Amino acid sequence: MTGNLDAYLVLSGLLFSIGTFGFLARRNAIAMLMSVELMVNAVNLAIVAFGTFVPELKGQGTVIALFVMAVAAAEATVGLAIVIAIYRNRRTPLVDEYSSMRD
Amino acid sequence: MGLPQTIPLLGWSWDDVIFVVLSGVMLGSALLVVLGRNIIRSGLFMILSFAALAGIYVLLGAPIVAAAQVLIYIGAISVLILFAIMLTQSKGGSAALTFHHQAKAAGLAAGLLALILTVTVLWTTWPEAVAPGVAVATASTVVVAQLLFSNNTMAVEVISVLLLAAVIGGVFLAKREEAPDAGEPTPDGSA
Repeated sequence: MTGNLDAYLVLSGLLFSIGTFGFLARRNAIAMLMSVELMVNAVNLAIVAFGTFVPELKGQGTVIALFVMAVAAAEATVGLAIVIAIYRNRRTPLVDEYSSMRD
Repeated sequence: MGLPQTIPLLGWSWDDVIFVVLSGVMLGSALLVVLGRNIIRSGLFMILSFAALAGIYVLLGAPIVAAAQVLIYIGAISVLILFAIMLTQSKGGSAALTFHHQAKAAGLAAGLLALILTVTVLWTTWPEAVAPGVAVATASTVVVAQLLFSNNTMAVEVISVLLLAAVIGGVFLAKREEAPDAGEPTPDGSA
């Protein structure tokens, strides 16, 4: 099982689907950001699995995964700053109440 | 020393057992993250999910990624998210307060996505998949360092600039604006 790329890719796909559900279903902006982090982690798992099991990628998978983590950290910083800035104006973290640009 | 090579009844190797346990913990806590009503609990389960994923990275023979996972995700991003949760004081509530009304459709779509991904992965014959039992190609620290700081130096520098920009942008976005002069609404919201 562990000597098999399939198991890791299926695991990654399941985690990605859970993140997708959270992103689509949750009303809280921070919960949506947490779901995005789950999805980023799922993709990272797939990258590391490919890096391990495909010999031509020797070491490259690790490097790409580290880059993904750095970009995810930047994304989390800016995303949470935006959520806090909106919360300060609207006093709610629920995204479906941010409708002032629609009305 | 006393441990047998495989689990007696199932015939699994110890790696398989660890893999199953870690993936169960990871998927279960991820489900609790997206389904939980109490968002602080969601944040804590997210940390558990990240930790289990770090264990899976170790199993995959990528200890550097596992260490970075613990440092960046558990150490930095989770703390950031927990801070944001507490700053926005979002309390847990009923299902109607937690989920959109399209949650059922979202669940259907996510289930379909999981099905499609699983079927695709299982039907594809991946190239060069090593045979079971073969030690996976562990990327040594020397190789990774060579790749990072010799072959991809430019990318590392760009990432460092990106992180600096993210820090400055985060501070700018989250900083409290000074009280504007009486009247005088700023037309475009710029400080």
